[in-house]
Amino acid sequence: MVDTKLEYHSGSRLERVLKAGRFAVTAELNPPDSAEPQEVYDAALVLSQVCDAINATDASGANTHMSSVAICALLTRAGYEPVFQVSCRDRNRIAIQGDILGAAAMGVRNLLCLTGDDTTAGDQPQAKRVFDLDSIHLLRIAKTMRDESKLMSGRDLTSPPRLFLGAASNPFVPPYDWRPRRLAKKVKAGANFIQTQYCFDVDRFEKFMQVVRDMGLDEKVYILVGVGPLRSERAAEFMRTKVPGVVIPDEIVDRLRKSPKEKKRKVGKQICIEIIQQVREIKGIAGVHIMAYKQEELVAEIIEESRLLPRPRQPGAQPDDPLHQRRRWDRGG
Amino acid sequence: MGRFGRWLRDHPNFLAKTYAFAERFVKGLAPLLEKIGYDRVERIIKPPEDWAKSLVFGCQMCGQCILHSTGMTCPMTCPKNLRNGPCGGVRLNGHCEVKPEMRCVWVEAFERSEKMTVYSNEMRILQPPVNRELGHRSAWVTMLTEEDQIVSPGWER
Repeated sequence: MVDTKLEYHSGSRLERVLKAGRFAVTAELNPPDSAEPQEVYDAALVLSQVCDAINATDASGANTHMSSVAICALLTRAGYEPVFQVSCRDRNRIAIQGDILGAAAMGVRNLLCLTGDDTTAGDQPQAKRVFDLDSIHLLRIAKTMRDESKLMSGRDLTSPPRLFLGAASNPFVPPYDWRPRRLAKKVKAGANFIQTQYCFDVDRFEKFMQVVRDMGLDEKVYILVGVGPLRSERAAEFMRTKVPGVVIPDEIVDRLRKSPKEKKRKVGKQICIEIIQQVREIKGIAGVHIMAYKQEELVAEIIEESRLLPRPRQPGAQPDDPLHQRRRWDRGG
Repeated sequence: MGRFGRWLRDHPNFLAKTYAFAERFVKGLAPLLEKIGYDRVERIIKPPEDWAKSLVFGCQMCGQCILHSTGMTCPMTCPKNLRNGPCGGVRLNGHCEVKPEMRCVWVEAFERSEKMTVYSNEMRILQPPVNRELGHRSAWVTMLTEEDQIVSPGWER
């Protein structure tokens, strides 16, 4: 049915790393509330040295930040490998297809197709929710653009976008029995790789993977497990009550609560490293995706201490590159 | 929906079989309906269709009904209008990310489809994007005219 693991679809480095059978590492870049490209480059420099691709989130949690397409364009300019996240919440099919072409023209080779958190999750619940498409529609549309060189309208593209297609999966929320089948739908729609929601419940994840393997899905799609450090029990409490789809078992929250104040960050990091080590042992796992919300400085430590270094280098800008010398671009730098 | 609605909710297989019967019945009438003219038929059929489907399913009149493929649960009542749900925001109690007081439409669809002896496999179908042009049309008529079968490249019905 799907030959995603056999042929190359794109010029994506992430795809090459995965196809070479290396355990992949991706990390999320928290987009700035700013019009200053330097802030993107500062965050990217830290991440690029320890991971294979950098995810640019699309107004995650329904909060406005610098757009994911612009962040990706900045990153490709400097030679980094971005994963362009597209959510269906804010744009209709006309805008999204245009953004996919634009991003591909800017050198973006990875696309993560998401339905998106609802507008009520963010700081502007007054906004209109779009949801013209869902994530599965988006996957199939991008696949059709890539493989058949056609827009949804049937109009031909003179040059198709070469993309490695990704989707999300959340095995940690009901209906649990349906989750592997939803993953199967995404694979059928065109997903080449999966980045999961935060994994804090390894037992639940193992059960999910058992079914995924029984269905043979791990042969068709690369699964990267979402992980991340928790700063404190308060941060954990916030995430599991306010961020849609994040499940954190009580044991983990208790472990943070019981640790002394000055050690909480360290314990949070330790928990993350332990989870990475546990999920690495699960058959069918191709990598990890690290989401360290407002703690990017920890990403390098987590990857290093999980013994996932060295990474194949991203050709991107080096620390002494002019891109990383502090300057204000808007003043002509 | 009251007691009747709740009874129906607990008997998805009854609903599915009723639907299967209605589909055969309407398709059997197609030659006659075509003679009358679909425009005229739609004017007559739409108000009762709207009334009945709103009452039982919370129908939004998308004009391209897939109820029987989604556990006799209307996917358009999902606040994100997901045709291939559920999303990853479902709460641990099985309730909706957007409306915490409401059970997730897709949790219900999944449960109900398990109780159905007809159509339950159709939950696996990849549903194409919604054709917004068919909004506020009669889904029975668009089924007969096959307007609901028109999909963009890359999709099949």
